[in-house]
Amino acid sequence: MGANIYRNKKPALVFLFPAFLFMAVLLYYPFFKNILNSFMHLKQLGAAATKFNTPWYANYEEMLHDPHVWTSVKNTILMMLVTLVGQVGIAIVLALMVDNISRGKQFFRTVFFFPIVISATALGLMFNLIFLYDKGMVNQLLQALGKQKLTDWKAEGIALVTMMAPVMWQYVGFYFVILVTGLNNISDELYEAARIDGATTLQRVRYLSIPLLHNVICTCSILAVTGALKVFDLPWVMFPKGMPLKTTFLTGTYMYYQTMETKNVDYGAALAVLIVVLGVVLAKVVNAVFKEKDY
Amino acid sequence: MTKKKKSPLGLIAVYAILTFWALTTIYPIIWVLQNSFKAKDKILSNSFALPVGDLFTTANFRKAFETTDILGAYKNSLFISFMVAVLVVLLAGMGAYALARYKFPGSNLLNSLVVGAMMFPAFATVISVYQLEFRWGIASTGSWFFNMLSVILPQVAGNMAFAMVVLTGYIKGLPIELEEAAYMEGCNAFQIYFKVVMPLTKPSFATVAIFSFLWSYNDLFTQSFFLRRPDMYSITMMLNNISAKEGTDYGMMAAVVALIIVPVIVVYCCLQKQIIKGMIAGAVKG
Repeated sequence: MGANIYRNKKPALVFLFPAFLFMAVLLYYPFFKNILNSFMHLKQLGAAATKFNTPWYANYEEMLHDPHVWTSVKNTILMMLVTLVGQVGIAIVLALMVDNISRGKQFFRTVFFFPIVISATALGLMFNLIFLYDKGMVNQLLQALGKQKLTDWKAEGIALVTMMAPVMWQYVGFYFVILVTGLNNISDELYEAARIDGATTLQRVRYLSIPLLHNVICTCSILAVTGALKVFDLPWVMFPKGMPLKTTFLTGTYMYYQTMETKNVDYGAALAVLIVVLGVVLAKVVNAVFKEKDY
Repeated sequence: MTKKKKSPLGLIAVYAILTFWALTTIYPIIWVLQNSFKAKDKILSNSFALPVGDLFTTANFRKAFETTDILGAYKNSLFISFMVAVLVVLLAGMGAYALARYKFPGSNLLNSLVVGAMMFPAFATVISVYQLEFRWGIASTGSWFFNMLSVILPQVAGNMAFAMVVLTGYIKGLPIELEEAAYMEGCNAFQIYFKVVMPLTKPSFATVAIFSFLWSYNDLFTQSFFLRRPDMYSITMMLNNISAKEGTDYGMMAAVVALIIVPVIVVYCCLQKQIIKGMIAGAVKG
C-alpha cells in the first residue's frame, strides 16, 4: 500500500492552495457577491455598491414586468429544444450512418467536427455574409434555384431561425463524435449474432444500436440543454442588442445588454441569478426525463 | 465484422446525406475564402465564381491590415490563451494530484467544491470579478500587462474546476507503485509529483491544455468586459468590433474572417486527434 508516502499531509496543502485560491477568489466569492449585487444600487461597472435598492428586491420585481425578460426566456427555451432535437437528432442520424459505412469514416469525423474549433464570433461574421440580403450565399442560391423574391433573413419573424440555425449547425459534429465513440463501444459480436439471426441493417439499428446508445444519448441531451444556456457569442455578433426590435434576446445576451449597453449593472446581476436558477431547474428536469439505465 | 450484403441504393443514399452535411460545414468557408479575393461589387454579381483572372484582387486584405491591427490582436489572443493553458495545467495538475492521492478530513468536501465550481456560468461571476479587479487596480488600466492579466485570471479560474476533475480521474488511474519506488529512493512529495507523476500525466495535460487554450481563444463574453481598449483587443473583440463598424464592407469582412479562420483550420488539421479529444473532455465544463 502506498499509504506511507501520503501519510504526511503537509505537502497536500501546498499542492491544493493555488487552485483553491483561484476558485475561492474568482468563482465562489464573485458568485455570492453577484447575488448580493442584484439587490444593490449599481449603475456603473467596477464601482462598489454602497446602498440597497428600494425595495431591496426591486430588480426581481422589475423582471416580472419586463417583457424582454420573457422574450429572452422564451427564446432560450426554444433554443434548448432546437439544440436538443436539431443537434442531437441530426447527430444520431449521422452517427448511425457513419457506423454503417466502411470508407471515409475518418474524413467525415474530421469535417463534421471542425466548426466547433472555430470561434463563434468568426462564424457569426461569416453567417452575416451568408445571410446578407442582396449578396448573401443563401439568397443567391435560392435565386439560382428559381426563387424570385429575396428574403430578408434578419427581419422580424424569421430572425430567430437565422440566429438558431448556425448555433445548431456548429455543434452537431460535437455530439456526432460522442455518439460515434459510443457506437464503437458496442461489441461486434452482438451485430454478428443479429446478422446470423437474419436482422436487416435497419433492424440492427433499431433493436441494437439505439437501445445500447441510450445512456450516451442521455449524456448528449443533458449537454445540449445546459449548453443552450451558455450560448452568447454567435447571437450577439449576428443580432447585437436583440435586433430587430429586441426580439432575439437570449438570457445571456439580454444580461450582457443590460450590464454593458444600458449600464443597468445591478439588473444585469439579477438576470445572471435568473440564468443560474433557470440552469439548475432545467438540469433537474432533463435529468429526470433522461434517466440513465443500467443494462 | 464479416462482409455483409448491402443494397447499393441504400449505401448511395447514406453517402449522399453524409456528403451533404459535410458540404454544409465546408462550403461556407470556401465561399467566404473565394469572396475575400474579390472586389466588393464583384461579390454581388457572382459570388460563386472562383476568384481568377479579372475577379482576383488582394485589396480586401490590404484594407484589412490597414484598418485593423490584426497582428496585435493575434499577439494579445495568443498570449492570453497560452498563459491560461499553462497556468491551468500547472495549478490544476498540482491540485488534482493532491485530491487523487491524499486522504484527509474534508477531502470529500473539497471534491464537491470542485464539482460545484464547474457549474458556475461566466454570466454569474463576471460583474463581481470586474468589481474585484477594479478595486485591485488591474481592470481597465492603460497598462498592457494588467489588461492581459485581468482576462487571464478569471479565465484560469473558469477552467480550473473542469481541469481538476479530468486530471484527478487520470492520476487516480496511474499505478501507485512508481510513486512508491520513488519514495523508497528518498524523493519527497514534490519530487515525486514533478519527476514521476507529471511526466506520466502528459496525455491528460495535453487534453486539458488544448481545451483551455481553445476556450480562452474563442471566448468573447469574458474578454468583452476586460479588453475594451482597441489596442488591447483580442481576436474575438476585434472581430466583434469590426462587424459593428465596417459590417457593410463585405469584401473586407470576408478577408478578415479568412485571416482568422485559416490558421485555425491549419492547426486543426495537424492536431485534430488531440483537439477532438480535448474538446470532448471539456464537455464536463459548466
